[in-house]
This record gives sequence, structure tokens and C-alpha cells, in this order.
Amino acid sequence: MAEALLRVEDLRVEFPTEDGVVHAVDGITYQVAPGKTLGIVGESGSGKTVSSLTTLGLTRRQGARIAGKILFEGRDLVALPESELRAIRGNEIAMIFQDPLSALHPLYKVGRQLVEALQAHKEISNSKARARAVELLGLVGIPDPGRRVDEYPHEFSGGMRQRAMIAMALANDPKLLIADEPTTALDVTVQAQILALMERLQRELGMAIIIITHDLGVVAEMADDIAVMYAGRIVETASAQSVFSGPQHPYTWGLLKSIPRLENDRSEELVPIPGTPPSLIRPPSGCHFHPRCAYAQPDHARIDPNLEQVPGEPTHFVACLLSPEERKRLWSELAAGRVPEQALAAGSGEGGV
Amino acid sequence: MTAYVIRRLVWGLALLIIVCGLTFVLFRVLPTGNPAVLRAGRDPQPHLIKEIERVLGLDKSLPAQFWEYLKGVFLHFRFGYSYYSRQSVLSLIGERLPATISLTLGAAVVWMIAGLSVGIVSALKRRTLWDRGAMGGALVLISAPEFWLGLLVLLLFSNDIGKLKIFPGSGSYVGLTYDPWKWFTSLIMPWCVLAAGSAAVFARLMRGSMIETMEEDYIRTARAKGLRERAVIRQGVRSSINPIITLLALEVGVLLGGAVLIESVFNIPGVGALAYHSIVQSDFEVVQGTVLLASMFIILANIAADVGYAYLDPRVRYG
Amino acid sequence: MAEPTTQPPPEGGLGGVPVDRAPGEPLVEVTDLVKHFPITRGVFLQRSVGAVKAVDGVSFDVRRGETLGIVGETGCGKSTTARLVMRLLESTAGELTFDGQDITKIKGARLKAIRRDMQMIFQDPYSSLNPRKTIGSIIGEPFAIHGLLTEKGERRKAVQELMETVGLNPEHYNRYPHEFSGGQRQRIGVARALALKPKLLIADEPVSALDVSIQAQVLNLLRDLQRKFGLTLIFIAHDLSVVRHMCDRVAVMYLGRIVEIGSGDALYSFPRHPYTGALLSAVPVADPNRHGGQRRLLTGDVPSPANPPKACRFHTRCPKAQDLCSVEDPPLEQKGTGTLAACHFPLSREEVVQMGLAAPPEPPAAG
Repeated sequence: MAEALLRVEDLRVEFPTEDGVVHAVDGITYQVAPGKTLGIVGESGSGKTVSSLTTLGLTRRQGARIAGKILFEGRDLVALPESELRAIRGNEIAMIFQDPLSALHPLYKVGRQLVEALQAHKEISNSKARARAVELLGLVGIPDPGRRVDEYPHEFSGGMRQRAMIAMALANDPKLLIADEPTTALDVTVQAQILALMERLQRELGMAIIIITHDLGVVAEMADDIAVMYAGRIVETASAQSVFSGPQHPYTWGLLKSIPRLENDRSEELVPIPGTPPSLIRPPSGCHFHPRCAYAQPDHARIDPNLEQVPGEPTHFVACLLSPEERKRLWSELAAGRVPEQALAAGSGEGGV
Repeated sequence: MTAYVIRRLVWGLALLIIVCGLTFVLFRVLPTGNPAVLRAGRDPQPHLIKEIERVLGLDKSLPAQFWEYLKGVFLHFRFGYSYYSRQSVLSLIGERLPATISLTLGAAVVWMIAGLSVGIVSALKRRTLWDRGAMGGALVLISAPEFWLGLLVLLLFSNDIGKLKIFPGSGSYVGLTYDPWKWFTSLIMPWCVLAAGSAAVFARLMRGSMIETMEEDYIRTARAKGLRERAVIRQGVRSSINPIITLLALEVGVLLGGAVLIESVFNIPGVGALAYHSIVQSDFEVVQGTVLLASMFIILANIAADVGYAYLDPRVRYG
Repeated sequence: MAEPTTQPPPEGGLGGVPVDRAPGEPLVEVTDLVKHFPITRGVFLQRSVGAVKAVDGVSFDVRRGETLGIVGETGCGKSTTARLVMRLLESTAGELTFDGQDITKIKGARLKAIRRDMQMIFQDPYSSLNPRKTIGSIIGEPFAIHGLLTEKGERRKAVQELMETVGLNPEHYNRYPHEFSGGQRQRIGVARALALKPKLLIADEPVSALDVSIQAQVLNLLRDLQRKFGLTLIFIAHDLSVVRHMCDRVAVMYLGRIVEIGSGDALYSFPRHPYTGALLSAVPVADPNRHGGQRRLLTGDVPSPANPPKACRFHTRCPKAQDLCSVEDPPLEQKGTGTLAACHFPLSREEVVQMGLAAPPEPPAAG
């Protein structure tokens, strides 16, 4: 197994606020191999964005209390002083964000913003930097880059803006690209173009990608490995194949069953996950998902589940207190089209676990 | 954009004419006294008053007088004559305009530098002692009446009546070309006093604008690119400054019409002082001239503010 | 404009609600609806130099009791169409019929009366509710506007019943919107829309702003309410999977026109218009094994609605475009497979299979 490019170990991030301490990230561990794509799936309040911002040290300003390790090529980014971390940002690790219209400065030309990204990390003359900027815009598929480089972000269409952001992120040949919901604000045909672009660039440049999204379709297409986050914790992590063919966590089951999918039968009912995502100031005790879990037992409110390997699958980990046999059975019921109540009932009819 | 500016200028002209007419009417309606009587001297004979009235054209009907006036302004650039000094209004204003311009522009420089820097630092050091102190001080300066502040400053620092004799006192203004150093030192106190209130307002505005801007997504992107914090702040300032510049244009526009209080306290021979004296003396034509001047500056300032905004923000385009 | 239906529309009107139109008959008829927003220029006299052709000749029916989906990307005109149907905007041209009445140009009291029968729910649950009003007064506002239920306590009772129907706790009557989550706020919007028991409900991207796990809750709610109250629903969204799940028939819009319309099953299994095909093939599939077919990526961007391409609007980006397409505007018509499409060279079965979209077995000879 290749040496991990980025390894996050037991990361915890808290924000003190007027209403209490927000436990945005509550002990997560994951890694990314060079040249591979990790997909982090979660909804709002899952902590997926905070964990990536913390990787780049962008949560330090907000008074975050950070514990744990983020090892990038062996160096612990959490312990790194600001000046050294700044040298990595936009250089070896780059990040792109969700809404390219608000993520680019509205009053500076696009070319200038690209040149800025280049000159922040190396000695390069204005003319050379501008030439490189034009080259980068062409690389990401923007037509007529020589003219576009002197335009303002609002003169670009949504898809082109996101391409420009990608160009800016790639300016210094990063080893890792973190993409936070890069296509959520885009139309579906544009989304397809951007995802194809990212795949092509990954092949050509050999960089690793962390893609953060709530869209299971996007992650199925792009990711080699997937980590599912809920309420600040990782509940499941495995290869993309395993997550979709044999998911192990009730939250993952809930997600898969509650989204309409083109390939499913139209009449299949959507099974929503009941309740709402929890507050991160006073998260549920024990397993964070237990209040919404159809299969929860009484002691799940007391015990914190740890990520444990799924028997027989060395790269598949899940944080769940149900037994592996019970989980396997429940999933086979759900996959056959039954709703959670039926799946649960079928089990107890057979004399319990 | 050109079409827009032309449209605004034409409307501005129309507005000036309306303002003119309003002043005309106001002056007749208010009990200020017949200028002919005032000019006639002690114990005037009725036929003398009538003669003066005829000479001054005051015996004609109001619309006729107004029409004569407009013709004079637009065809001959004649703005009338002072009833007292017989000097042409144009030359009177022309004599005094440089002083007002010196006062206004100098004060603008002071308040922009002071206001913006205090505002930026306050925004970056939000809720610290510095911030609270600066905003508290700003509140005091906004609340203090200009003339009170002016008198206080004179009492403390002027070299004739003050406690610490540093700056030239009231009445020491001279033209720039006459004696540059004296011009400069005589204006230091007036500049600071005139700037005080505006600096405070701009500081508060800049602070608010910066606080909002620094939360924007593109600032986060700038940091994620690995820019030094100084460069990030520069990007923030660039965005925050747009509404400030607009306000600057408007304030300068108003002041160019004459900062009456400051000119009075410091005895600066500017357009504001002229306006005040001519109102008191019912010197109607001069009043009309200063009102026109002030209106013109405000109209131009408004247009400049809008055009300037479009220049600063490429997303704004006028049809 | 007859269309073959592949299944009878779901039964409506069985919630004890009296119906004027029989299920299956058109409740809304839209004919050649046009909405142009003028662009003006000039020094003094603002001349109209062009127009944003937001909706440029749209015709469709919505039958009593059915759910019609309208899909399209940014700038296609779907939201504008919804607002035209609701008479929130006045059309530039075209006719609009509701429940048999021509409502294209009605005003005043007649318009207000119609408003009782059609209601809308909006996309953003955070900005579509007045933050200064309690939800009790928000939901009760329709009664107030139409002067109904003026007896003391009547309105409150009705509002609380509505809250229960949408799954909210009636005891929260006096709370403010900011005290609720996004999904709950959407429920508040739905409750308000249902207050006057409308015949038509238009949902403009009702779940786009919600978390994935909450979307299913709101979608199921809408479906249940539709069955219970016999509602007719126009469902606007950009998410093709959601539209397929919710809708009986679907219309696909591009640059102000409908390019394809038909039953959900027909459209999703055998799209005829290349744009529909591109949309469907662009949707990422939640199955890492199924990278089936050549995904056809569209190049370039959507042209500006102020300056749409001549004749067929899609010809500038269409992989199948030929000379005819820039000369002659294709009419929306039957293509023999269950949908109406506006295309001179519709997709063939082989092309659809190649794109990885399932096609139904050979249709019977009658077509």
C-alpha cells in the first residue's frame, strides 16, 4: 500500500461561541494516497468542511481549538507555525470552494487573481506570470484565454468561473487538491463538464483529490475511497465499491434509500431518515446517530462507537454498535426493497441476534 | 455611460433653474426688507426709493425679473451685482472660492486618512480596547458641534489667545500664492476641526464595511491561496472602499458650497462667510449666486459619486 | 395537442373535496405563452433595443390530479413560466386558461378570487417566510386576506389543523421562523399554501435548498398531500432524479421553449430530444460500477436569452445539428414513442442505448 500523502489522526476541532462550544469535528481519522481521490460525504453540520479548512489552517483565525494530527508528507500541519503553513497553502495543497461567483474577488480581473496566486509562492516576473495565467486558463478548457485573462469574474459564466478557480488552484502544481462542493452551485450539464475536467487533470498531473459533497452520485463517479461523516464523526470509510455494494452503517443505508435514483424503479418509495441533523453544541450522547436510527438499542445512547474493521474487508471500517452479522442481515433486507420497520421485524422473528 | 452622464447633466441644469426660481420667490415672500430702502440710506425720500427700484429693476413683475435674471446668467454669465458694494457677484464669489476650496480639500485629505486608517484598524482589532476606544472617541467627535470644537481649539492652540501658542489664530488666512507657509499653517486648525466629524463618520463606516467584507468568501479564497495577511487585508480594503468613496464625493460637494460655521469661527474669507453676510444684509443677488454655486457643486458631486461608483465596481453599468 | 398517456393519472378528489373538472381533464391550459423583458437604451427617451426572451412560446396542459414536472437549467425559463401561470407576472403574449376560464388578462377582484385556487411554494425556506411574524399568523394569512374564518378561535383552529397535516407540532403556533430548521420551514410554506384548499399547487424547487436526508421527508409529504386532497401539482426542479420520482409527466425546457414533453416513463427511458439526452446522461449515477455508455458532454455555455440562436434554440450546442436546424424552427410534435419533441433529428434507439440510458423494448407497431 502506497504511503499516504495526507493522514488525519483523531482530529478534533471545537469553536467556543456565545451559545456554547460547537464540537464541529469530534475525532476523525482518514487518509489520502497520492494520485487518488477520497470522497467525503455528509450533510450540513457533518463537519466535512471544517475538517478540510483545518487542514489548511484556515480555522485558526476563528478561535478554533484543534487537537490531533494532520500529517502531510510526514509533517504535522496542526503543529506547524502560521508562516510555514502559509507556504503550503495554494502551493502544495490547494482548495476550491462551492460558489465560484463569491469565491473570486469581484473587483479584480481574473488574470490578476491568478498572477497573485503564482507570485505568492515563487519569484516570477509579471509578464511571465501573466503568460502562465493564460496557459492555465487554456489548460482548464476556457476558450480564448488570452482575452479572458483580462476580464472580471462576473463576465464569466458559472462553469467558466469554476474552471478559473481550478486554474488558480493548480497554479503551483499542488500535490493535493481539496474541492469543497465544487459542483453544487452548477447546472447538471456543467457539473458533468467540471467533473470530467477534474478527472482529466488528475490523470495528467498525478495529484490527489479530496472531494467533499453531499451528492452520492458525484462521489460514486469521482472517488476511489469514501468517508461518510455525520455530526462531526466518520461513521464509515471504505472503497467506493464497498460503500455502494455493501454499506455497513445505518446512516449510509438511510442516505442510499432516501434519494431518488434514476436507475431505480420509479415507484420505489423514498424512505426518509426521520428527525433532523443534531446540534453540534449538545450532540447526542454515545452514538451520535442513535436518535434517528431505526435499529438503535438502549445502550447505544451510552457507548461511543469506534471505527472498527468490517470482518473480511481489510479497508472497510465502520463505527456502529450493531454486530456485523446483524448489519449484514439488515442491509440485505433493505436492499431487497423493504423499509426499516420490516427489516427490523424480520430479524426479531428469527429469534433475535 | 456617456448617455447616462449627459442625461444627468441636463436634468441637473433643469434642477438649477428650479432652485433659482425657488430662491427668487422665497426672498420676495420673506419679510427681509426692501433692498431699495436699504440702499437708499437714512430717511429716504419716496421718489428716491422708486428711482432705485427702477434702476435695480425691482418694479417689474416677478416672472419678468426672473426671466431677466435667467437671460443674464445663461447668455452673458452675468450673475448680478451686490446691492452694497456694487461689485459683480461673479467676482465676489471668484475672490472667495479659493479659500473655500483650500479649506474643503485639505479637510477631505485629513478626514480620509484619519477615518480610513482608524476604521480599518478597528475592524481588524474588533472588540479590543483599541476598537472600543476609537469608536467611543468617534462618537464624541460626531456629537460635538463644529463651532464649539473650533472655539475650543482656538482657545487651546492659537498663538494669540490660546493656552499653548502653536498655530496662527483666527483671521490669519492668506491666499496660497501670497505666502504658502502662512497659508498652510493658518489652515491646520480649521482643517482638523472641519475634518473631525467626518473622520469619525468615515471611521465608523469603514469599520462596518471592512467587518462585512472580511467575512466574504473571496477573502477565504485569498487566504487559501497562501497570500500574506497584508495582501489579504488589501483585498478587503479594496472592496470596502466603494461606498466610502461615494460618500466622500457627496460630502465634498456640500462643503464646497461653503462651510459657514468654520469660516466664521476662524474668520476665513470663503464663500460660506459671503453667503451668511449677504443673507443678513438682504443682498439678494449675492445670495442667489451663492445658492446657485452650492447647488451646482452638489449636483456635480452626485453625478461624480455615481460615475465614480461605476468606475470602482465593474459590475455596475448604467444604461 | 393530444398526447398518448401510458398510464391513467392518479385518482384525485377522493379526500372529500368537490371537483369542478373531472380527473384527467385539463385544469391549466397554456397556449403560446410569451414573456419578454425589454432592454432599454437611450439618452432621454428609453428605446427598447431588445428583450430578454425568458419564455418564448410555451404551450402545455396540466390535467386535474396529475403532477407535471418542469425541468431545465439556469435561464431556461421554468421559474418565469411558473410565475406566469400564477399570474404573478403578466405575459407579453399568449393565453392562459384555469379551470375553464380565460385568466390571461383578468384583474382586481376576479384575479384575487382565482388566487384562492392556485398557490405556490418557494425554493428558499429561509427568505420566503417573514421573520417578524409568528408561524401561526403566516399560515393564517390567507384566511385574513380573503376575509374568511373571522369568528374568534376559528382561524387558530384551522391553522393548527394544517400544522398537524404537514407534520408540525400545533403547539408551536406562536413561534417564529428562525426557531425552525430548513425542512420544517418548508413545511410551514406548504401549510400556508394549503390553507385555502387550492386546486393547483406550484412548487418551485421546493427541496433544492434542503439537506439530502430531509428532502425525502418533504417530497413524501407533498406526495401524500396530493393524494389526500386531490391536488394538481406543477413541480419545478433542476434535479432530474427528483422530478422522475415525483411526476407523472415531464416537460424539458431550454432557452424559453419546451423541447420535449411526455410521460415520465417514456421520457426517461427513451428521450428523443438531444438536450434531454444530454441532461439525462450528465446526471451522476450513484453506482461506481455503472459507468455505462458514452457520456455526451455538451460543449460551451447556454446562450444568452437576450440573443437566442435562430430557429432551433439548441442547434449551437447540439451534436446532431445540421443546416436545417439553423433555418427552420422544429415544432413540438409526436415522434412515435410516447413523447413530443421539438427536433428535426431526434435521438434514435441506438444513440440512446449508446449513451447508457435504458430504452424500452420495441414499441407495438401501432405507435
